[in-house]
Amino acid sequence: MPKLRSARRVKFTLNGESRTLEIGRLSHQVEPSHTLLYTLRETLGLMGTKLTCDNGACGCCTVLMDGKAVLSCMLLTVECGGTTVTTIEGLKDRDTGMLDPLQQSFIDHTAFQCGFCTPGIIMSAKALLNGNRSPTEDQVKEALSGNFCRCISHYQVVQAVLAVSEGGASP
Amino acid sequence: MIAPYRYIGKATQRKDALGIVTGTVQYLNDVKFKDLLYGKVLRSPHPHAMIKKIDKSRAEKLPGVKAVLTWENVPDWKGGTPGVTRILGQKLRFVGDAVALVAATSEEIAKEALSLIDVEYEVLQAVFDEEEAMKPGAPQLYDEFPGNIVTPGFPVFGPKCLSAISMGDMEKGFAEADVITEGTCGYENVPNPIPPEPPGAVALWEEPNRVTIWVSNQAPHVDRMTLSEVFGREVEIFTHGHPVGGSFGTKIITWQVQSYATLLSRATGRPVKLIYTKEEHIAAFVLRPSSKMNARVGMKKDGTVTAVSGKWLVGTGHYSMTSQAQLAVGLGEVQIMTRCANWDLQTDVVCTNRNASGSVRGFGGQELKCAFIPILSQAMAKLNLDPLEFFKKNYIKPGDGYYWRDGNWYTYRGIDYTAAMDRGAERFGWQEKWRGWLQPSAQKGPLKRGVGVGVHGNADIGEDTSEAYVRLSTEGTATLITSLTEHGTGQRSNYVKMIGEVLQLPLERISISPSDSVIAPFDFGPVGSRGTYAIGSAAISAAEDAKHQLFLLAAPILGVPPEELETMDGLIFVKNRPEQCIPWIATGHDRTIIGYGRFEPDYTLANCMTTFVEVEVDTETGKVTLQKVVNATDVGQIIDPPGLEGQLNGCLGSSGIDSAIFEETILDSTTGHILVANMIDYKWRTFTELPEIDNVVLETPISSHRFRAIGVGEVATSPGPSAILMAVSNAVGTWFHEYPVTPERVLAALDKVKGKERTGGDS
Repeated sequence: MPKLRSARRVKFTLNGESRTLEIGRLSHQVEPSHTLLYTLRETLGLMGTKLTCDNGACGCCTVLMDGKAVLSCMLLTVECGGTTVTTIEGLKDRDTGMLDPLQQSFIDHTAFQCGFCTPGIIMSAKALLNGNRSPTEDQVKEALSGNFCRCISHYQVVQAVLAVSEGGASP
Repeated sequence: MIAPYRYIGKATQRKDALGIVTGTVQYLNDVKFKDLLYGKVLRSPHPHAMIKKIDKSRAEKLPGVKAVLTWENVPDWKGGTPGVTRILGQKLRFVGDAVALVAATSEEIAKEALSLIDVEYEVLQAVFDEEEAMKPGAPQLYDEFPGNIVTPGFPVFGPKCLSAISMGDMEKGFAEADVITEGTCGYENVPNPIPPEPPGAVALWEEPNRVTIWVSNQAPHVDRMTLSEVFGREVEIFTHGHPVGGSFGTKIITWQVQSYATLLSRATGRPVKLIYTKEEHIAAFVLRPSSKMNARVGMKKDGTVTAVSGKWLVGTGHYSMTSQAQLAVGLGEVQIMTRCANWDLQTDVVCTNRNASGSVRGFGGQELKCAFIPILSQAMAKLNLDPLEFFKKNYIKPGDGYYWRDGNWYTYRGIDYTAAMDRGAERFGWQEKWRGWLQPSAQKGPLKRGVGVGVHGNADIGEDTSEAYVRLSTEGTATLITSLTEHGTGQRSNYVKMIGEVLQLPLERISISPSDSVIAPFDFGPVGSRGTYAIGSAAISAAEDAKHQLFLLAAPILGVPPEELETMDGLIFVKNRPEQCIPWIATGHDRTIIGYGRFEPDYTLANCMTTFVEVEVDTETGKVTLQKVVNATDVGQIIDPPGLEGQLNGCLGSSGIDSAIFEETILDSTTGHILVANMIDYKWRTFTELPEIDNVVLETPISSHRFRAIGVGEVATSPGPSAILMAVSNAVGTWFHEYPVTPERVLAALDKVKGKERTGGDS
């Protein structure tokens, strides 16, 4: 406990900006038990990443860590030091404010209904496209297989993702 | 043909699209409040118990804890139909029932406080099976419900509320039949719709008697009405709605979580947020009702149903809020699907010691059809009737009638859905694939394919009342003032399209108000299938009224009667003389025009959904794989093509088709615990398991409102489950009468494993 009062910090890059958070028990600080999801939402106020199962089962809290899709409810913030994290809020082009083509494609294909799972799905799809610019339909489905969508927007989501892959179908 | 409309029937961007893809839409849990406290619920580990002693002193001493509430220090407020269930009671009726409430400065402190509440329970004998619960000597959940049978009727539907179908001459009906079959079928796996967003509420109590509640429900006015019954009329209730992260009918009434937050705020004077965990969501929120039917059916060789008699047993879990309403609507719907002159269908709603059933899309009708269609199939099989031909013949036709939920008789004035069924069959290839009852459509080694078809429809498309205001700014913009929240169907954007069409105004110039019960007029909300016709009518009328007022102002300026005016893009002009034109603002910059629209209930129209399915059954492993789905419907006029597509694809999840294949709530009948109260053990379909889906949508104009459209999204889930049972029965060559058709059940039917009794029902 006393050790926590010392100036221990966790530093990572969030949506293109360097963030340093103190570790401690005050409301602006990060407790060792806090998940990255909790820190994003409750400490940093980024509400786009959604809390659903808090158990690593539904993919609604997916963010990018060093370009790969991770479940922010299953990571402790204190372990995220030195990483680069991107949330749904960080997908827009920072200079122009333009939507990421994937976000625009989700709009063009109405690839959502209630929209609650959409940020997580978009981040999973973004991670796929980061590593594979022209995925097959099966690869898209595999990449999204950990994302829960209850309205069944799956079909429109797959179309939206394929439409922005290189050589993919246009809307 | 040139589309007659500027927006209707065309794909347009949803008003909330940008917010959804950027993560800026504010769902309830995303809203920030000052001085917020966090609420948590201590839940019963026993399915049936009395609280003998409860000591909250240790919890109250924990720093950060602001209130600990138990049955001893809360008002005697009750909910349910009738209102017999206390918000916090001394008696606990299911594993997960609320024992105590805590408000603290953080969620973690609140959680810790729960573990410091000392409770001494007197454990009572519990009952989990509806038929056991009705027997003499069974444990009694409520003094008010002898035999655990819930009071029939639903007050909102009036004194004649439908609780049975009794008409015609049963003796004559059965005498006319060529075959008479009797059977039992249950849809008893009480699947859970599990929207991703958990239920929750934020409440702020202000002395002496006002509470403001931020809700994530479909209709803030329904929350206000429901809570008013619970808290009493002396409490003033304001509700603010937020976008709903999925509902599927479950977030119509969430009075418990709203009441918990209210009581905690009342005790602390600070806003209190209470959001359920996913475990609470699955184990202590809303399940589908359990449904079991025993019926005798008389049928003629040509498929005419001559008589139906029997009993429909509905299990509601530890209490009932809407089960009697679901029962009433289900009884109406079964008549829409089955043209029959002689009925004697009796019912009971029964309480048992499990999490409660409540409102879920398909609202009673899905539960009844899932049990009834397999029983009807026995008679069809004896007569070698193709089920598609049977449904075509027996689905309601113009001029037919039915008793609806209020007990009144209505004559149907809608369309004949035979054409939609035929077009769906064509797309599916029904003629080629249907080989007769209990016959596979194809076979390759151990893999057998089978097909099935189901149908469902509902006269709730015009149920209940809706009101809307459309406010015009003379600068050339309009605002729809409505209490509706967006819960995923895209309907808020669809009303903007309807208003845009009436006013001929670009959609960018039309906005929608926040969803509250403070300023916005009454609306029963997007429940059932009423969104397009009922709510749409109110929005259209409000826009027409506003336009009329605008023309009254413009007429003297343009020197013609108002009937000779038209408007487009914020300009008013004389018909056929567009050069005689003024902008809206010429009627004055210093005024507000408010149009008012109201919809009165109309139970004379019904929608219809037919679902064809093809499954492949692996007779070695018992696995059922859904290969293909075709949904066929007629909506009169499509409002938004991609939105409708999404709604129809929704047939799979939210306790729809998949509730016949793998979705189920498994209750341990020795402890009363739900064993699947997390998203790993509760099974859901993933992206890698998608079947081929095709949706056939006809547009035969229907006499609803000016766009001749009706709603259909809700019922997408309903015809599928019984179609799956039919398809698996045909593939395997033996009847299945239980849901879901798990590998275990398939192998048991093939005598490859010994089947074991599942919880709750029997076959």
